[in-house]
Parts: sequence; C-alpha cells; structure tokens
Amino acid sequence: MTTDLILFLILAAVAIATAVGMLLSRNAVYSALFLVLNFTTVAVFYLLLGAPFIAITQVTVYAGAIMVLFLFVIMLLGSEKLPERTVLPWQKPTAVFLAFVLMVEGAYLIFTQTASGIITNNPVESTGSPQAIGELLFSEYLLPFEVTSILLLVAMVGAIVLTGDRKKGGQS
Amino acid sequence: MEGVSVNYYIGLSAILFIIGALGVLVRRNALVIFMSVELMLNAANLAFVAFSSVNNSLDGQIFVFFIMTVAAAEVAVGLALIVAIFRSKKSIDVDQINLLKG
Repeated sequence: MTTDLILFLILAAVAIATAVGMLLSRNAVYSALFLVLNFTTVAVFYLLLGAPFIAITQVTVYAGAIMVLFLFVIMLLGSEKLPERTVLPWQKPTAVFLAFVLMVEGAYLIFTQTASGIITNNPVESTGSPQAIGELLFSEYLLPFEVTSILLLVAMVGAIVLTGDRKKGGQS
Repeated sequence: MEGVSVNYYIGLSAILFIIGALGVLVRRNALVIFMSVELMLNAANLAFVAFSSVNNSLDGQIFVFFIMTVAAAEVAVGLALIVAIFRSKKSIDVDQINLLKG
C-alpha cells in the first residue's frame, strides 16, 4: 500500500459515499449538498491527475454555478420533498436489477479489457496547466471553442424563453 | 510500486456512473433525476482525465472542458423546463408528467 493508493482509496470512499448519499436523501436540498461534496472530491482527483485547470473549472462551474442554480430552483419551487406515493410499485426493484446488470457489464469490461498504465500523483509538475490548455484550445480546438459560444447563447435564449411569463411578456 | 493503476480510476468512474443511472431510474423528483445526470457526466469526465493523464495527452482535458460547457447549457435549459412544468402541473413528480400537451 503506497501513500498514493491510500489517498486514492480515501477519496474514492468519500466520492462513493457522497454519491450514495445524494441518491438516498429524501430531501432534495441534502441531495444537492451531497452532490457539491462529490464534485469537490472529483476536483481533488483532477488535481492528483495533473489537471489543475480542470479542477478549478470543476469547482467554479460545477460546484459553484450549476449547484447554486440547482439550490435556487429547489428553494424557488419549494419542492424539497415529494409526497410518498407508489404509482409504480415494480419500479424500484426493476431499477435496482437493471443497475445491477449494468454493474456486471461494467465489471466484465474492466476485468477483461485491462488498460495498462500507472498514474503517479504529481499535482505540482502537471501537464494540464492553464497555459497549456489555453494554447491547445486556441490553436487546434479553435472551431469547437467558438461553436461553444453559440451553444451557450442558444441555452441562454432558451432558458429565458422557457421561463418567460407569457401573460405579461407579450410573447405569443 | 508508486502510483495508482488507471484501472482503479476507471472502476471508480464506472461506480459513480452506475449510481447516477440508478438515481435516474429510482427517484421521482425531477430535480434529483437531473442531479443524477450531472453525476453521470462527472463520472465520464473522471475517466477522460484519467486517460488523459496516463497517456500524457491534453486532448482528454479539452474534452472535459467542452463537456462542462455543454453541462452548463443543459442545466440552464433543463431547469427552465422544470420550472415551466412546475407552473403547469404544480409538481415536479415525474410520474405526474404523463401528457405531452400541458
């Protein structure tokens, strides 16, 4: 057991525990907070994997912007808890069974098609520095990067149109 | 032996993805289903960065950057849809959303 492996196992335990906590929480606010913790843990993984830019983006965009938006909508709608109803009683056993099948498939693939390679935790001398990412982003991936701006514009217009008040806004 | 095998990262990514898929199947709250989708995207990102690190190539990290952008756009539109559904149905229980025409 090297220190790298111990660190990985601790972080993996936290990541899985928070994911399960998100799944099992009755209250949607607790789910969102568990998910914030999960995203932060994954950001630490990115740091260990030598991707500091992606790690910071993960914290600001995912754990920051996206989850705050989630919390806003949860509290805006006041739908933290749904009333208990069982319309589809066979839903949960079927879902658990299907997830189990997916897990068996994934385990089969992982144990038969083993990828080779050792990752050494090295957050200091990392390849994914903001400078390297930026140079690649503005040279080889310039067109996808520009298309991204159109995608964000479409999403923004879509969100405004979908949530706009049609009586007052005068939209048809 | 220093370091961690890339298989461990792929295994963790698979476990997180399966938890997310189970969340989509089990939960009825549309917001929690949406969070589970985010968890699945995140699991895919972890696999991307792990392979990027083991192959010493930055392309995987660029992909993760784009996935995050798409996820942000998806969240904006998706939450707007959920708010619109809540306005017409007064609930975000996915079992109650059974009509195409609101």
